[in-house]
Amino acid sequence: MPKSFLIDTTRCTACRGCQVACKEWKDLPANDTKQRGSHQNPPDLNPYNYKIVRFHEHLDEYGAVVWNFFPDQCRHCTIPLCKDVADRAVPGAIIKDSKSGAVLVTEKSAELGPKNAQAVINACPYNIPRLDPKTKRLTKCDMCADRIAKGMQPICVKTCPTGTMVFGEREEILALAQKRLESVKRRFPKAFLADVRDVNVVYLLAEEKEHYHEYAAFL
Amino acid sequence: MTNHWIDIQNSDAVLIIGSNAAEHHPVAFKWVMRAKDRGAALMHVDPKFSRTSARCDFHVPLRSGTDIAFLGGMINHILEKELYFKEYVEKYTNAAFVVGKNYAFNDGLFSGFNAAARRYDKSMWAMETGPDGGPVIDPSFKNERCVINLMRKHYSRYTLKNVSDITGVSQDNLLKVYDRFCATGKPDKAGTIMYALGWTQHTVGVQNIRCSALIQLLLGNIGVAGGGINALRGEPNVQGSTDHALLYNNLPGYHATPNASWQTLAEYNKANTPVTALKNSANWWSNRPKYMTSLLKGWFGDAATPENDFCYAYLPKLEPGQDYSYMYVMDKMYHGKLEGGFIFGVNPMNSFPNTNKMRAALDKLDWLVCSELHHSETTDNWQRPGSDPKSQKTEVFLLPSAHRIEKEGTISNSGRWLQWFDQGVKPAGEARNFADIFVPLFNKIRALYTAEGGVLPEPILKMHWTEKFKADEWTKRINGFFWADTKVGDKTYKRGQLVPAFGALTADGSTSSLNWVYAGSYTEEEGNKSKRRDTTQTPMQAAIGLYPNWSWCWPVNRRILYNRASVDENGKPWNPERAVIAWENGKWTGDVPDGPWPPMADKEKGKLPFIMMKDGHGGFFASGPADGPLPEHYEPAETPLSSHVFSKQLSSPVYKFHSSDMDQVAPPADPRYPIVLTTYSLTEHWCGGGETRNVPNLLETEPQLYVEMSHELAREKGIQNGDGVIVESARGRVEAIAMVTIRIRPFTVMGKTVHLIGMPFAYGWTTPKCGDSTNRLTIGACDPNTTIPEAKACCVNLHKADTLTEIG
Repeated sequence: MPKSFLIDTTRCTACRGCQVACKEWKDLPANDTKQRGSHQNPPDLNPYNYKIVRFHEHLDEYGAVVWNFFPDQCRHCTIPLCKDVADRAVPGAIIKDSKSGAVLVTEKSAELGPKNAQAVINACPYNIPRLDPKTKRLTKCDMCADRIAKGMQPICVKTCPTGTMVFGEREEILALAQKRLESVKRRFPKAFLADVRDVNVVYLLAEEKEHYHEYAAFL
Repeated sequence: MTNHWIDIQNSDAVLIIGSNAAEHHPVAFKWVMRAKDRGAALMHVDPKFSRTSARCDFHVPLRSGTDIAFLGGMINHILEKELYFKEYVEKYTNAAFVVGKNYAFNDGLFSGFNAAARRYDKSMWAMETGPDGGPVIDPSFKNERCVINLMRKHYSRYTLKNVSDITGVSQDNLLKVYDRFCATGKPDKAGTIMYALGWTQHTVGVQNIRCSALIQLLLGNIGVAGGGINALRGEPNVQGSTDHALLYNNLPGYHATPNASWQTLAEYNKANTPVTALKNSANWWSNRPKYMTSLLKGWFGDAATPENDFCYAYLPKLEPGQDYSYMYVMDKMYHGKLEGGFIFGVNPMNSFPNTNKMRAALDKLDWLVCSELHHSETTDNWQRPGSDPKSQKTEVFLLPSAHRIEKEGTISNSGRWLQWFDQGVKPAGEARNFADIFVPLFNKIRALYTAEGGVLPEPILKMHWTEKFKADEWTKRINGFFWADTKVGDKTYKRGQLVPAFGALTADGSTSSLNWVYAGSYTEEEGNKSKRRDTTQTPMQAAIGLYPNWSWCWPVNRRILYNRASVDENGKPWNPERAVIAWENGKWTGDVPDGPWPPMADKEKGKLPFIMMKDGHGGFFASGPADGPLPEHYEPAETPLSSHVFSKQLSSPVYKFHSSDMDQVAPPADPRYPIVLTTYSLTEHWCGGGETRNVPNLLETEPQLYVEMSHELAREKGIQNGDGVIVESARGRVEAIAMVTIRIRPFTVMGKTVHLIGMPFAYGWTTPKCGDSTNRLTIGACDPNTTIPEAKACCVNLHKADTLTEIG
């Protein structure tokens, strides 16, 4: 039975504990960032950030400020398009762990070459993988495969202080997601679970995906 | 906190004002979310929309420095609409006390004002007393000088219109908060107020907090689960350092520092030990002499005897009326009156207001000792931009400090829990924790005094001291020991054994305790209670998330202060669903009650709930604060207004300030500085950023100084998001990157548009190209009670930068 995440954005305070913990666990170096008039930093996913919190603000119909936070990461799709595309060029560059459902980039991804690597990136409905120019490999979240193999939670989930992120057996997570959705809908009637059938990282969004991030949901 | 973090979940209404709880307490904020899950209303009142606002039901933007107007409006609303909890107010507060005839309030000034000294004669605010010296109480409330009647009159000026005019909050938004919060004035409802530096860092900081006391007493929200006034402390261990008297004006355990008019312990005790005429007032501070003697005994051990006044004479005495706080120390330093000093645990050259003056002041020192993890703007002040290191005379000794995870000991959290932490890793290289620096240093000083003598060697040589610091030993010393064999109840303790609780402390020299509030934290019977991690609880405790066996909490493991106010006169909880204590079958159950006495219905032994108040009643009217017995709105020291609607007194008549050439203040409504600046910290950096700017993964998330501003202001100034900006005040100039956002909006104040901008203070020049101290803009105007400077409000202007030198 595959594993799944629930990311209930209505609980997220954008503390970025997940973003930083991911870097710490993966021992990824810091980017040299600049302030560009936004808290979102680094501005996008990159070979050294598999997870970033995206910030989006707008005024609602009553003129009240809405500030949405979106901890972005690989969705570990049930049928990963990236894997299909990669398989055509270099079988094994991207694999799916049958036990956990994790979609994993392997060292073989270095053999893809720039063109195929870009095709893999383009295939991702969520614009997740990035090409590391140094190693030539694709980079992205691996569901903390090393941790879950040892029965631990992914580090981002472990770090989350507000219960925004929950990790567990897919069946349980889907049940929880439905329960949360019902509760959230009382305040946010437009709330929905993004692409719930197709992904193992299920986002609960309070309103249209445009108010979070271009690639927050596919459907 | 009167309550504790978990208890926030019990609230029906959470009012976050003067704090950005989600950003600064991201982990503990889960208890706020828990309250929300249970259906509580979450409200954030703050100048800017933040990550806290994002998780609240709604945000109400408030012009910085107008909290008293906002809350005064709520007090007026409660009194006008009679929304207060009548039984609670009548029985447990001083609402019915009659104020003396000398009290007056006239156009912004209370009676007793001495304009030359900028000081009040607080005796003018005394309560009327009867023949027995006790307060005159009029339960009929007919006397027009009854506290509640004076309050009614005082806050009648705080109409929705006046409050809206001053705060910039719409009347709709005022009512939105007032209605939701005042709905907790019912016996079975509870509301909590969460505040932090957003309240303290004002020239009216203490009165901001006093406002919350008035509201919470009116609504009967003190002592109950989900209620209280909850100051959010943090990683700097403000709770522990307040308890242990880091500041000059207290001794450990909330005793006043001796001053020159109290030359003997008897004189000290007489001046500081209140006497009540009310039989049902516990008047807990009547025990002060026991705690003072035990403190002296803790400091001087066997050298402290009844014959030598327990070495009281060795304590330094303040000159009455003199202020020795850091802002005054820095002013003295600026005037060349200090030769050298130690700066530990703080980075004043980034974090103190009017930093240009601070940096110039530090240049005057001949020598400076610092202990730090990293080089800071303070340790390296001599080579700051614009300074010629060759012309700097200060000799700096920089000692490598251990990180807090490299030592063991206790930390006190916001809820007063004493929690032990273990050493994570050993300090690197020669780094040491503070105690391992201070203890050998003091031993060296003692050796020099022994060898060479000197002026007044006794306080140094007679100190009950140690050769080497051990955290466990000092945790015991803080709890306290018996110094003579003593019988407590039917148990006999030997000299050298730990005292079981502060009830065992005496004034005769047979006990010691370095802090009476912590007595009972480390006992012969149960050992070091800060190490307890037992989640056992009764069903009654489980109902409110109270874990009496997890760590230990001062005082005497009482998790909710003033909990006698959570029950009626018969000891029955106002809200049985969320009972804190209950009187059942002749004893208390639930939390540790505020004293063992039976409920008030017992006319012989029953006691009033507010045991730390002389007369046992919660105090709406209080003669303690330097700036008045009732909170009153005053503008910040620097204000965009030239007048306001509440009185002719523009700013606090008694706020403290300095007047050196570097203490420039813009006059009221100065067209050169029309914009309000408020300053703050942020999640990703800790305080002034001295530590976190050296953590690459944190610097990556928040790399450079920014200034948050509205789209309206940006348009007016021709500034685009991400542009370099110069912000200027009467004191300094700072570069920042524009963050143009809907999260800040212009205020309409008395019919005119007032812009507000916000800047973090986490950046300093020792981190290359990240920007430099925001506090070069802020003002050295201080609260008259605490001398905390007004970092949350000053006046500035800004323009787009042609070039940037501090940010790259």
